[in-house]
Order: sequence, then C-alpha cells, then structure tokens
Amino acid sequence: MTDAASDPRGMARVLRAPATWALVALAALLVAGAVGSPGFLSVEMRDGRLYGTPIDILNHGSKVAIVAIGMTLVIATRGVDLSVGAVVAIASAIVATLVSQKGVAWPIAMAGALGAALLAGLWNGSLVTFLRLQPIVATLVLMVAGRGIAQLITDGQIVTVRDPAVAFLGNASLLLLPATVSALAVISALAWLGTRRTAFGLFLEAVGENERAARLSGIPVRPVLLVAYAACGLCAGVAGLIDCAYIRAADANNAGQLLELDAILAVVLGGTALTGGRFSLLGSVIGAMLMQTLTKVLYVFDVSADIAPAPKAAIVLAVCLLQSPTFRAACSRHLESARARLRPGTEARP
Amino acid sequence: MHRFARRSLLAAALLPAVMLVSGCGKPESSAPAATPKLRVGFAQIGAESDWRKANSDSIKREAEKRGIELVFSDAQQKQENQNKALRNFIAQKVDVIAFSPVVETGWEPVLKEIKAAGIPVVLTDRAVDVSDDSLFVTFIGADFVEEGRQAALWLAEATGGKATIVELQGTPGSAPAIDRKKGFEEVLATKPDMKIIKSQSGEFTRAKGREVMETFLKSPEGASITALYAHNDDMAIGAIEAIKEAGRTPGKDIVIVSIDAVKAAFEAMVAGDLNCTVECNPLLGPQLFDAVEAIAAKKPVERRIVTPAKVYTQKTAAEDVKTRVY
Repeated sequence: MTDAASDPRGMARVLRAPATWALVALAALLVAGAVGSPGFLSVEMRDGRLYGTPIDILNHGSKVAIVAIGMTLVIATRGVDLSVGAVVAIASAIVATLVSQKGVAWPIAMAGALGAALLAGLWNGSLVTFLRLQPIVATLVLMVAGRGIAQLITDGQIVTVRDPAVAFLGNASLLLLPATVSALAVISALAWLGTRRTAFGLFLEAVGENERAARLSGIPVRPVLLVAYAACGLCAGVAGLIDCAYIRAADANNAGQLLELDAILAVVLGGTALTGGRFSLLGSVIGAMLMQTLTKVLYVFDVSADIAPAPKAAIVLAVCLLQSPTFRAACSRHLESARARLRPGTEARP
Repeated sequence: MHRFARRSLLAAALLPAVMLVSGCGKPESSAPAATPKLRVGFAQIGAESDWRKANSDSIKREAEKRGIELVFSDAQQKQENQNKALRNFIAQKVDVIAFSPVVETGWEPVLKEIKAAGIPVVLTDRAVDVSDDSLFVTFIGADFVEEGRQAALWLAEATGGKATIVELQGTPGSAPAIDRKKGFEEVLATKPDMKIIKSQSGEFTRAKGREVMETFLKSPEGASITALYAHNDDMAIGAIEAIKEAGRTPGKDIVIVSIDAVKAAFEAMVAGDLNCTVECNPLLGPQLFDAVEAIAAKKPVERRIVTPAKVYTQKTAAEDVKTRVY
C-alpha cells in the first residue's frame, strides 16, 4: 500500500480500481453520519453482543450483500437476475408455512426453502441457456410470477413463525456479531473459493466477455451459465431465510420488494460492469454495505421516505462517475489546466 | 434431446401464467329463490387483501341473515369491470346499489344513468369525486383521522398526558398515512407534555418498522422514548423486536399504540408487547344494510356514516383473539 501511495503509477492503479470509489463514498457517509448524530459510530457491549448503528448496518447490509454475491456471478456472464426479490418471498413463504402450519421440522423446512430457491435459479438459467431468452426477459417471468406464487403459498396472509431455530438467523449473534454476518462470511468464502481457486471464475469471465469465443475455446458455456443462475437463486433463498427470521414471519407481499434493484446497484457500485466479464465479489459486498449505510444516514438526518430516493440517486451517480475513466480523465485535464493557469510565469503571462 | 427439452421447458414456462389466471376470483352471485324481497347490487373492488376479504364476507353474511337478495360482483380492481357491474344492476332493476369504488374519479356518467333509473346509491369504504352530490345517498366507512385521534386519546390516558413519542408513518402520500398522522397531531396539540420527537415512514411493513425503530432507539434521544405510535399493526409488531433487542421492555418501558386491529395485533397484546390497537373495521355489513333498509323504507339517512373506531386493549385481548376473523 505504501508503495502504491508513493509510486504514481501504483496510485493510479488504486484510483482505477472501481471498488476504491465505493470505499471512499462509504467512508464519507460514515463521517457524515457521525457528524449528524454523535453516537452514530459508537459500538458497545449489550447482553453479550455488540450493539450499535455500525452493527445494524452490517446486519442489514449482509442480506443485500448475500444477494449481491449471487447477482455478481450472473452479471459476470453478461446476464442479470430480476427475480431475486420474488425468490426471497418464495423461500420465506415456504419456510414459514412449513414450520408453523404444517409442523415440519425446521431443518427440513429450511432445506425445502433453499431447494425451491435453487430450482428457481435453475429455471432462470434454463430459460437463458436452452431457450436463449434474454436474461432480463427470462428472469422477469419469475419476478412477476414468483411473488404470486409466494402469495399462493401463504394464502395472502402474513404467516408468523414461533420456532426459535427459524428466527436464529435474524436475531441471534455469533462471535459477538449478528448471525447474518456469519452467513455472509460463509457465502463469501464459498463464492471466493469457487471462483478464485477453481477455473470456474475464469470460465464466468470468459463467457461474459465473449460467449462465442468461450465456446470455441472449449469452455462448457451452458453448464457455466446454469451454475451462475442456480447460485444466484440459492443466495436469494438464503436471504429469504434471513428475511423470515428477522421479522419472525413471512410477508409474501413485501419480502424482498425491490431487492433486485438494490442488489444490482451494489454490484455496479462495487465495480462489476453490467457488460459482463471481470467481476469483484469484495466490491459487491462493499457496494451492499454502502447502500445500507446510505439508508441509515438518511434516517439519521430525518430525511422523509418520499424524498429519500433523490439523495440516494445523487450518491450512486457520483460513485459511478468517479468510476468512469472518461470522467476522471476529463477532471484531471481540467485540474491540470487550472493548475497551469495559477502557476506564475508560465502561460498565464505571455 | 434438445428438441424435447425445449418443448417441455416451453410448457413449463406457460405454467405460472396459467396458475395466475386460474388463481383469480370470478364474479359470483348468490340468488336464493325469492318472495318479493329487497334486492341489492353490491360491486366490490376485488379480493386484494385480508381486510377486503373480511369486508366482502361481512356483507354477504349480513345479507343472508336479513333475508336480503344480494347480487355480488367482484371487479378485480378494475374500474371498467365495476362500470359494467353497475350497468348490469340497472338492467336487473335492483332496489339499491352499493359499491366500493376502485378509484375516486370517473363515476359521473354511470352514476347519472343510475339516478335516471331511480335507484339510490350507497358508497362504502371509499368515496367518489363527483360535482353533483345528489348522485349518491350516503357514504359509509372508516374515518382515518378519527382513528388517529382515538390512538392519541388512548395514549394520553394511559400515560397521564406525559409521553416522549416516536411515530412510524405509513407509505408516504397514502390517505391512511396522511390522515392518521393528522388526527393524532390534532389531539397532541392540546397536550403540552406529549411530544413526537421522531417520525419516519416504515412503509406499513414489519421489516421496515423494525429497521426504523432500531434507528430511533440508537439516536441520541433514543433513551428518552416512552411511547410508540405506529400507523398500522404490522409496523408495531416489527418495532417490538427492535425494542426487545435494545434491552427494553415493549408494552412497559415503551407504550405502544397502533391501528387496524388485525389478529396478529391481538396476539401481541396477549403476549403483553402491544398495549392498544384502534380498529379499522372492515365489517361494514350491518351498517350497510341498516342504511339500505332505511332507504327502502323512505326514512332519512345521514350523508356520512362513520364506522366507529373501536379501541382494543390488553384487558380484553385474550377473549377477542379467539373470535378474530381476519
């Protein structure tokens, strides 16, 4: 890092890394929050666990981050999955109805919910790989129908769950932190191992860069696509379990509502381009935390919910602009010429 | 294999669509054989929520109980369906037409036709926006402002007029959110020691209710909160979790009042977590047919019939929860 800071080329590389700007925005927001509300960054021990706003951000951010990790894999293939919010609703509906209405043991209910989420992912993947539907259209099907299916499962009601094992993920703490953070750690580790310690990550990038070239060079394109969508579905399923645990109920109408947009934004803020190819899992996690911090900061400043999307959009736009090489080049040109004008004895005085 | 896979996938692709279509409700009518008795046409919005289902059930049950012939139509949330249903009622020459309009505007033409046919109209639950007041006889429904007032009055009594309140608002811009806030603040204006220190939207959901309450509790003023007012029960139920997590006791350290009176709220009151809920009553059947019978008997009817906002507390919750239908 010190090398990077002293060596101008290393510095340039850091500035080019898109996740850098998400981190900068995250830090700026945390400072803004601390200024707006004195106790914003304070963390204390309470009932044998850490307690404070940063912990809340980690807790809620983890859910978005888990979905964003799955989304990253799909976006790396130049795809997109719009159905994640609906899959969250389905998974949450299944676990809640199985446990509290059918009396099924929680491990089986959870496995059932994750199985359904996996199926949903495979369904999306099949539409994309075998029917060659455009990802945005293919996943739109389940985005619309999925919430209806979840409503059918719960019969349009909010199903309350009393089983403490189901509520564990959204309420208990592991290693002083909310259990959701552990879930995120496990899923990040699996995703990292799967993509960076096997050839699969390379395959994903190859398919996203140029599917035809990938196929011609012998990469099994179809299995790669299927696995990416299935993994995304599974991640959404885990988020569904978390959602259900958090409110101790399945709210099919609202669970995961607009989550697909948050997840896509997290991926983009983290520096993975929607055009596919190179991706950054860590970037997506940072992006998700950035989104959550932003929500919190807006609460802290008492920004009313009907105008909150405006400042959100402004910050997303700022980060995206800073990530753009064209924009940065234009900025540095302006800076250069301004500096030149200020320097005495050069062009300023002919 | 590919051709087969493709075909079976296509079939599977159509499945959700079929499920959705078959899941929709169909218009129905109940027409028991009749001696000359009162015939009422009711055009319902749809079956979009538990509240609405309870509303329809109440109307059907009450009609049966009173031996009134009810022609019931479900508009599936579409104004054109409801327009059609209303014209059907004219053709069938019912004695009274009642309906819950899907939207506020665009009713003038069909209401004029009904007036020309000499059939009185009763609005339930939602109002219409018309220039000519003679187009309907009365509007029966809950008054969101009154619900807010009742919540504040109960809270004032429970806390001795002294409370530091946080408020969870409904979806920004929605009528219940605006009116429930207005009614609550109206009463608070007369209570100098009751103040709302934080107010934010929880979008009527449990998850947002909990998340926003977490933020309230961790703000510098968090420790001073003694009461919570939530615009619906679900947000209060979410907030209860946040209060427990903060190591405080919901229902005791922080007094909680919310609106709607759904079944889950009664369960929370039985558990001692929620203190009070103000009912937004969907069971309009009795009031509707009281008005219908009065109209048929040519008796005068009030222009605005307010469904009473009944206040439920922990005292009776254990009994009430058993009979709660929605």
